[in-house]
Parts: sequence; structure tokens; C-alpha cells
Amino acid sequence: MGYEAVIGLEIHVELDTASKIFCGCPTTFGAAPNTNVCPICMGMPGTLPVLNEDVVKLAVKAGLAMDCDISMTNKTDRKNYFYPDLPKAYQISQFDMPICGKGEIKFDLEGKEKTVGITRIHIEEDPGKMIHTDDGVSLVDYNRSGVALIEIVTEPDIRSSEEAVAFLKTLKSILQYAEISDCKMEQGSLRCDANISIRDHGEEILNTKVEIKNLNSFKEVGKALEKEYKRQSDLTRFGEGHKIKQETRKWDAAKGRTMTMRTKEDAHDYRFFPEPDLPPIHLETAQVKAAQHALPELPDAKRDRFHDAYELTSQEVEVLISEKFIADYFEEVVGYGASPKKVANWVIVEGLRLLKSSEVEEIPVKPSHLAKLIELVEEGTVSVTAAKEVFEALVEHDEDPLDLIDRMGLKQNNSADALGSIVEAVLAEQAKAVEDYHAGRLESVGFLMGQVMKATKGQANPRMAKELVVEKLKACCPD
Amino acid sequence: MELKGLRIKDMQLGLAEGKFTSVDLLNAVYKRIDALDGEIGAFLSLTRESALEAAQSADDRRKKGVSLGPLDGIPVAIKDNICMVGATATCGSKMLEDFYPPYDATVVKKLKKAGAVIVGKTNMDEFAMGSSTENSYYKKTKNPWDTSKVPGGSSGGAAASVAAGMVPISFGSDTGGSIRQPAAFCGTVGLKPTYGRVSRYGLIAYGSSLDQIGPLCPTVEETALAFEAVAGMDRYDATSVHSALQDDFMDYVKSGAKGLKVAIPTEYFGDGLDPEIKASILAAADQLKALGVTVEYVSLPLEEAALSAYYVVASAEASSNLARFDGIRYGYRTDEFDTIDELMIKSRSEGFGEEVKRRIMIGTYALSSGYYDAYYKKAMQYRKTMEAAFDKIFEKYDAVLSPASPVLPFGIGEKSDDPLAMYLADIYTVNINMAGLPALAMPCGVSKDGLPIGMQFIGRKLEEPTLLRLAYDLEEKLDLPKTAQEKEGA
Repeated sequence: MGYEAVIGLEIHVELDTASKIFCGCPTTFGAAPNTNVCPICMGMPGTLPVLNEDVVKLAVKAGLAMDCDISMTNKTDRKNYFYPDLPKAYQISQFDMPICGKGEIKFDLEGKEKTVGITRIHIEEDPGKMIHTDDGVSLVDYNRSGVALIEIVTEPDIRSSEEAVAFLKTLKSILQYAEISDCKMEQGSLRCDANISIRDHGEEILNTKVEIKNLNSFKEVGKALEKEYKRQSDLTRFGEGHKIKQETRKWDAAKGRTMTMRTKEDAHDYRFFPEPDLPPIHLETAQVKAAQHALPELPDAKRDRFHDAYELTSQEVEVLISEKFIADYFEEVVGYGASPKKVANWVIVEGLRLLKSSEVEEIPVKPSHLAKLIELVEEGTVSVTAAKEVFEALVEHDEDPLDLIDRMGLKQNNSADALGSIVEAVLAEQAKAVEDYHAGRLESVGFLMGQVMKATKGQANPRMAKELVVEKLKACCPD
Repeated sequence: MELKGLRIKDMQLGLAEGKFTSVDLLNAVYKRIDALDGEIGAFLSLTRESALEAAQSADDRRKKGVSLGPLDGIPVAIKDNICMVGATATCGSKMLEDFYPPYDATVVKKLKKAGAVIVGKTNMDEFAMGSSTENSYYKKTKNPWDTSKVPGGSSGGAAASVAAGMVPISFGSDTGGSIRQPAAFCGTVGLKPTYGRVSRYGLIAYGSSLDQIGPLCPTVEETALAFEAVAGMDRYDATSVHSALQDDFMDYVKSGAKGLKVAIPTEYFGDGLDPEIKASILAAADQLKALGVTVEYVSLPLEEAALSAYYVVASAEASSNLARFDGIRYGYRTDEFDTIDELMIKSRSEGFGEEVKRRIMIGTYALSSGYYDAYYKKAMQYRKTMEAAFDKIFEKYDAVLSPASPVLPFGIGEKSDDPLAMYLADIYTVNINMAGLPALAMPCGVSKDGLPIGMQFIGRKLEEPTLLRLAYDLEEKLDLPKTAQEKEGA
């Protein structure tokens, strides 16, 4: 039997604030280097920080979304260390009095509910970014310096890499649902460090842990934890458990392994002390209550509600609630009176297909248009195949689907008379196929159907067309 | 024109009556600086061009009958740790020799808005660490009353610029006495406002929880004018207090000291105090009584622990505040280095002076893991004790009368090798910063060797007006020379 993994995570999340945490600079991603800066976030001598109130609001919201105790009085501290990306040579953070204390996140793990404790959430500023060029030059971009972060620290409650990834996915959707962060890992707005140790199953002790950094996607988190679990297991199994040192290891995604980054001996002494430039943060009960009230429905509650309200499979519900905007879109379309099952199918298949090629996180067709389109399919005005074409066209043409269908000439032919004469014409042309049919080769019906559809440019109602073909075949040469 | 003996109110009158212009006034200031500052060494840099523009603007306004207030067109100086666009802010350090701040301090903005003409930046102990201005990397400032003596510090350049009659207002900063002690040494008035009363935005930080900007001036009235111009809540300083000065502020200052109650702590007049200073302050106390002020002795312990606590807090904060000077973005950078660590270590080792390094070491140690509780935390707790002790006195009294320095101005070089003796000179001033209280230093006499003797009034938080009111009345009664030149006779 293998060992049990004991995993805790530290997640840094960039908050969705318009301006930085201590100055008015914008937080837009991707600006030219050192353009979103001012004397304050550049740490120029003499400047002072002033706390952005939105940061406090979002941090409280995050705490509430994770059932944390909210510290009505909390304070900021300085974390001192030298690095070129840290312009004041200290990071304003929170040390012993974070804004949020203990909380928890529940999530579904293969049908079973798992709970991971939150140790704390604190606010802090992001440092700048170092860029090391190939020719040995190091550059610093301070655009990120002073962007508002929360750091979420979990209890060591996670027992496997799969649990870690499932937890992170839940955390991400909570943060997105509550509009706390956009959680774009590729832009660094969600970053994760993992702590892992191992022990025999049934043990309660915490053995020497290793911190893993440089995990740039959930997939990498899973891989790195897997690898580190194996490294620690191997060392322990071969009696070299003592070789597990408390250290920070860096994940090398390309090589697929972790490497020592710094040992406990080189750990910084951050010389934390209360930030004298900022008064303590006092929250008002009314303010916290209002935030609690304003908290949107979170994924967990939405999952339950979707199961109760709509007859959907678990799989469908999971896809729909995976992103708040998808769930919102789904419900909006349903709100126009469309059948939930059909809407789910359209959103999951066609909606997500469009989403993949879209640059923005948005299904690029108006919910009202999709609802109308589904209705038109139901009525038989347009075939399903044609409707898919129309759905795509609606991205470019924001107009009534019925008008668009007309303009595209995709209206389904529903007149039995008109269709009847087309079928007769086809049968007259295709004497061979008709002969085959009467010789007992029934598959020629399919061929003739195809010819009818071709003749009608796909606008024939297939059910009606088939009925007519069979009817006329039987009529022309009764057995 | 001649600056000699000219008070701000004389300047205002002369400008109003057209006897001279702001440009004339500015030229007279520079003439005096050019004549004297070679010896005194009050200034580190002069801002001739921007000052001329400001003076011309003031003159233009006056022609149109527009005035920005009592400081419109009046020359002022600022300490070199206050940021102003277009001038270096060296903090008296090699580290910032070529540092041009990209923004104006709030105090500078307010002065410009008031029409004041900023003429230059004054010398100081490096990063405001010192009590003699001997720790400046650039030069030693001399006491205008006796050029063999130090002017005090760290705002020694500011005090000397006023005492030498160069400017009527010089803004300094006070972390543990850096306005009041040089004011006492140079025979000027100096006000350290309540913590948070004047914005610290743009003041290059030494001890963030202690630092305050304040004026040094020849007279109490000028001090009040200067204070009024810069006081007030600033949204760029989260520690600034939401409290405006009363509308009748100047009238209140001049309303007479009668009826106020002053406490003299017995312990403050013990063995360590120079007998001449003691006698002079007690004589001033008698004059207060004659003005109708109640003066009573109280008990308020003067503990050396206060000094230790101050040096722990100030050094700890300094160790963090000065960490940004790493040679990466601005300031001094060492010539040769191979690694980032080497770049930072060498730049800091070469760019900082001895006293600065000493305090960074003390502060770093005090904040280190395992020592934090014993030093920084304990010192912060001690601050509360100090505050409580003052609060108790202020239940019954409007102000505390105290020496500003235990010693008279000492000789240049006399104490520069003995940091502990230098630290002891701060015994009467540091506790006021630790408690966040306002205090005003003013001259109370002249020693037998012809050196100025100073004292200070300490007040309740936000009660600078009360201190100015006491000092205004007493100043008139004492009728001492307002600058060094006045001592020598007209």
C-alpha cells in the first residue's frame, strides 16, 4: 500500500479592481512595460500607500463565499525582502491579523462531498515582474507592481493530486461566480503554490513538507504533486525518508520534475512589522451583512437548483455551471420559454463550439435569438441542420432569426403539394432507383430522399419528404 | 533692498505698498545667501529659476489685485528630504546625490498654491539621522550664532537658514526632535505638529510612525502662518487626521496666554540638564505667571527607556524605509558588480554613511525573527504608556513646559565620535514623537557665552493653536533677538 499524501495549497488571486491596491494606476493586462505606473507603485521615496476600498470589499466577499470568519478589525504589515521587482523592498501584506480567518470549501469528488478547510485569506500587493532575456540581461516591468491580491491558504486537508485539482476548479468557479477575480491562470491572475508531505495511512502526524512553486496550470499542479508524492514515497520506501528536507522546490514543466529552489536554511527572515503608513482596517457589521446579502448564488447552490428545476443529466449540469456566464446564458434562454433540455443541448454543443473560437468569454449569440431559433426548429420552420448554420450566422448578423432564415433561403418546405410535385419529378427522373425499389431493394428510398433534398436545397421537411417518397413509390406501381 | 530684521508682516506691507516686489525680495534673499552661505552652509541646493518664476507670478497677481494669501510672494526654504519637481532631494546622502523626484510633496503643492516662493533646499543629517547636521554627506552647517558650534539637527540647515536671516520660513522634519532641537540651538521658533496634522506625502521617510513636517521661523507669528499654510487632511496620506484649523486661528493665537495652565515636570529639571538652560526656562516660567498663566510642578517620569524605545522604533522603521535604496531604479549604483545581490550590497555599503548604516543594523536586528517581541513590540507598548502619562497631565493642564535639549549648542566635531552621547541629546524630544503630540520650541534666553537657549511647550493632540498662543504672548514678554544678526546689534 502506498502512503497518504497531505497537501495544502496557497493560492494568489488578482482581484478584479479597476485600479491598484494603493494608488490609482489601472490594472489592465498587457500594457506596454512600465506604463501602468506612478511614483506610488514605483515605490519612489516619500510616497505613501492609500488603501483601495474595493480591495477590502472583494476580500470580504471572498471570505464570505468560503464561509470564513471575517475579522472586523485587521491590519496590514510589511514583509521585508530585497528583490528588484519589489520597488519598496517590502511588500505590504497582512501577517498576524488577516482580513478573513477560518472557512471551508465543499466540493463534489466522484459523487462524494469533500470539505477542505480555509486557514485564512489576506490582502497584499503584487510585486512587478522580472524578465530575463537570453543575452543575460534582466528587465523589470512594474505594471503589475501594486495590483491587488488575496492569498488564500488552505488547511492540509487535501489527500491526492486529483483532490487538489478538483478543489482548485471549485475555488476558481467560486471566485468567478462572485466576481472577485477573472482567474486567468495564463495571465497570472490565479497562481498556486502547493505544500505536500506524506505519511502512513491512518496516521495523524504531519511530516516534513515540501513547497512546490511555479505551477502554471491546474494540470501542472496535478502533475507536480503526483511527481513529488512519488519522490517522497520512494525516499521513504527505501529508508531514506530522512532525506526529505523542508525546502521549496520548483516545478519544471518541460522536464516534468521538481528541483530544489531554496532550502530551509536560506529561508528569508521577512521581519514583519505593522505597516505604519496605513491605519488598521475596521469593518462595520452592516457592511459585512450587506456583502453577505449581495453575494451571488455560488456553484454549489446552483448545481442543486439546476437539478431540481430542470430535468438534466449530471453531466449536463456540470458543464452548464462550470462557468457562471454559461449558466447565466442557459437560464436566460430558458427564460424565453424554450425547453431546458433542448437549450442545454444547444448551449453545450453549439454554444461551446462558438465559444472556443471566440476571443471573449461570451457565447456570441443573443439568448433571445437562440430561444427563437429553437422555437422555429420545433415548429418545423427550419431544419436542425439549417438551424445550426443560422446559429453561426447570428454571430455576425444580429437580427431576428426568422428574417435571417428567409434571407439565407433556409426556410423548410412544408407544403405537401409543392413537395409532392418535386417528389414526382425526382421519381420520373430516377427510373432506375424506382425499379430497384420495386425489385425489393428498399435502400433506394434513401437515395431518392437525398435527391429530393438536393432538389429542395435541403429545405424539405425530411419527415414529410420521406412519407411522400414512399407514398408515391407505392402509388405508381401498386404491388 | 535689505532683508535685515524684516518680518513676514513687513514683507507683506512692503509688497502691498509697492516699496518692493517679490522679485526684489527674492533677489535680496539670494544676495544674503550668496554672501553668507559659503560659511554657514545652510543650503544644499538653490532653485533660482523656479523661484524667480514664482516671484514673478506673485508680482503679476499683485498688479491685478489678486492674492493667494499671507504667503503670496514670500520666500521659504524646504529641507532636502522634501520632494519637489525640478530640484534634487538628496536627504544629505551620497545615495541620492542625483535623485530628482518626479513629483511634488503635498507640502510643496500647498506652498505653491499659497504663492510661496521656494528658494532652495536645506542641509540635514543624512536621512534625518542625527542631532548636529554633521552626518550630512555634503557639508557641515554652522550655527549662525557661533560658527564653531553645530546648528543642531537633523534640520540644522533649516534652523541656520532662519537664524542667519536668509529666509523667514524654513520647513524641516521632526522624527525625534529634528525641528525643535536645532530651533533651540539656533534661537528660532520651531513647531513639530501633531502626528498626522501635516501630510507626510513627499517627505522621504525615516521613521514613518514618528515623522512630521513643520516650520522653523524667527517668530511665533510667522510659525503660525507657515503652519496654517501646510496643515490639513491629505487623501494621499492615510495617517493624516481629519481636522481643520479653526477659522479664527490667527486671532486665537494672538488672544493672550492668560488663563492657560502649564505643567512643569519636576523630573525634567534634574541632574542631566545644563544649569544655564534650567535657570533660563524657570525664569521664562515666571514670565508666564506674570502673563496670567497658571504654572505648576507635576510628576512625569523622564526615563532613559523612552530613548531606547524611540531608537528601536525609529531604527526599525528606517531599516524598512531605506531598503528601497538598492541601486536598481534610481540613486547611487556601485561601479562594478557581477550579481544582483552584489549590486545591491555594494551600492548600499558605498552609498550610505556610518550613522545610517548603524541605525539600519539596529532596526534590522530589532525586527528579526525571535527578537521582535523583545524589542519592537515592547517599544510599541511603551509608546502607549508614554501617551497615557501625557494624557493624564493634559486632564488638568493645557501644556507641558520642558527643555528642548539638555545641552547648549556644542562644538563641531565634539560629539561626532560618540553616538551614545549624541542620542542622549534627544532625551527631551523623542517621547513627544512617540506619543504623537505637538510641541513648539522657542528661545527663552541667551547663555553667558552668547548662545541661544531654547525650551518647548508640549500640547494635547491637535492643539497647536494653544501652544502658539502661549508662545506668542511669552515671546513678546521675553523680547529676545529673533535671529543671530539681531543679537549682534542692528
